[in-house]
Amino acid sequence: MNQKLKSYTAQTYVAYALIAPAALYIILIVAWPLLETIRLSFTNSSLAGEDYVGLENYQKMFSSKKFNGIVTRTFVWMFFSVSLKLIIGLIGAVLLNANLKGRSIFRVLVMPPWVVPIAIGMLGWLWLYNGYFGIIAGVGMRTGILDGPFGFLAYKQSAFISTIIADVWVGTPMVTVFFLAAMQGVPKDLYEAAYCDGASRWDRFFKITLPQITPVIITMSLLSAIWTFNSFEIIWILTEGGPRGATTTLIIDTYKQALGNYKFGRGAARAVVVMILLMLFAGFYLALLARINKKISHE
Amino acid sequence: MIFILLPFVEMFYASLRPLDHLFRSPYQFYSDDLSFWAYREMWNTVPMLPRYIFNSFFLASVTSIITLLFVIPAAYSYARFKFPFKNSSLYILLAINMFSGAVLLIPLYKVLRAFGLLNTYQAMIVPGVAFLIPTAIWLLKSYFEKIPIDLEEAAFVDGASRVQILRHIIAPLSTPGLVVVGIYAFIGSYAQQFLFAITFNQKKEYMPIPSGLYEFIGYTTVKWNEMMAASLVGIAPVLIIFLFLQKYIVAGLTSGAVKN
Repeated sequence: MNQKLKSYTAQTYVAYALIAPAALYIILIVAWPLLETIRLSFTNSSLAGEDYVGLENYQKMFSSKKFNGIVTRTFVWMFFSVSLKLIIGLIGAVLLNANLKGRSIFRVLVMPPWVVPIAIGMLGWLWLYNGYFGIIAGVGMRTGILDGPFGFLAYKQSAFISTIIADVWVGTPMVTVFFLAAMQGVPKDLYEAAYCDGASRWDRFFKITLPQITPVIITMSLLSAIWTFNSFEIIWILTEGGPRGATTTLIIDTYKQALGNYKFGRGAARAVVVMILLMLFAGFYLALLARINKKISHE
Repeated sequence: MIFILLPFVEMFYASLRPLDHLFRSPYQFYSDDLSFWAYREMWNTVPMLPRYIFNSFFLASVTSIITLLFVIPAAYSYARFKFPFKNSSLYILLAINMFSGAVLLIPLYKVLRAFGLLNTYQAMIVPGVAFLIPTAIWLLKSYFEKIPIDLEEAAFVDGASRVQILRHIIAPLSTPGLVVVGIYAFIGSYAQQFLFAITFNQKKEYMPIPSGLYEFIGYTTVKWNEMMAASLVGIAPVLIIFLFLQKYIVAGLTSGAVKN
């Protein structure tokens, strides 16, 4: 007994020792900066130095109409982007799961936007969206939908929509791949049984596939919401948050305040808001994950 | 499908066309003199291009090697030992994945500036590693868990030390897993270079491809055919690696998320 206890604690030490380097690294590069950001949000820190200013940054931020507009915009942007990703991803996964010719090739071909560095993909989109020479404006002009050159990124509404489309392009492949993996994990005998009972294709999808992959759909919506919320490069390269702030989301605003104007204090206050929202998302996600795990282990 | 592939096709098509065909409005669908001219010319237009490519590879390689060094012992520990806070710390790792680097930039910027590390390779590597560690631990842990524990116990009975076990049993058996995780880290750091690069580095000598090309857009009238050619050259390496290994990578990533 005693021997066992001893080896147990010795094991614990070994375990901790092996984890220590990674843990220290994360504490230093992730945890400490998080705390430091919170501290800085109560100062007027800039390149010149810093003084404690209490809640001033927060008061200014929350009383500014612009900031409230940015928060609303972030959620609207997120809502459209995530819903599109989920819908297209689900349809895509169903098609890739069907017994079609060449599906293994298509399964590989959906993935490039996910793997390719986002920043480089966006250079391609910049060209597609080009108002004079781009292919989208070109098709529009030739079919008569547009009566002249149209800079998609130059007007408020079209820039908003264009950035969503580019974001959906980046995010959909991953959603599709996860949905597909989940669909392939659905036990085959369920389908066979349903087939024998004469269930239609439609029935099989709505009564078997969909309920079976619901946990994955829920997790993916949350994960996708988090990533979309964090999306920086897409908007930054396409519009830098413009025109006139039309595509400025919380992340973009944080970045602009902090590293565009070097107003670290104000930027930090925004970063804290981002952090709190992310923690809510993350908490929600982890709670969900724990529940799903429990359910699986009970079964 | 069209939606996903069209941008790539159009990027490639544009890279083959002469500039004066591209600069016609409305868009011309047909060009009769397609050539790889832009792929030769881009080296002159973007004189630092070879350097950017080197930087991208260098940054991604160093970042993924450092990540592996931190992750291997930690993942092994998670796979083999029971200890207090094991599960909660694993969940914390997952949560870290959800934080964008943008939230941490301010303190990191200040620290890097204080240590005089702005505009160096280190400035881009250090934060990059931190954001790869969590997923890499989860991935590698699941590979380690697949190695039968009996093998280790047998060696242990024969008097092998932990270190010897790690070197002679675990390491060879987990090579495929290590390769996948290494590639995940490489692709990941290749992809995440942009944010840290534009924030922590202004020096052209150290820029990776994405920020190097991005900077180019602001300067002159963009020679789009060369721009697209250079972009495709920047994309090619990761795409090729991915195409060869996509089976393993996708299986690894989805198994972690779907089964959990």
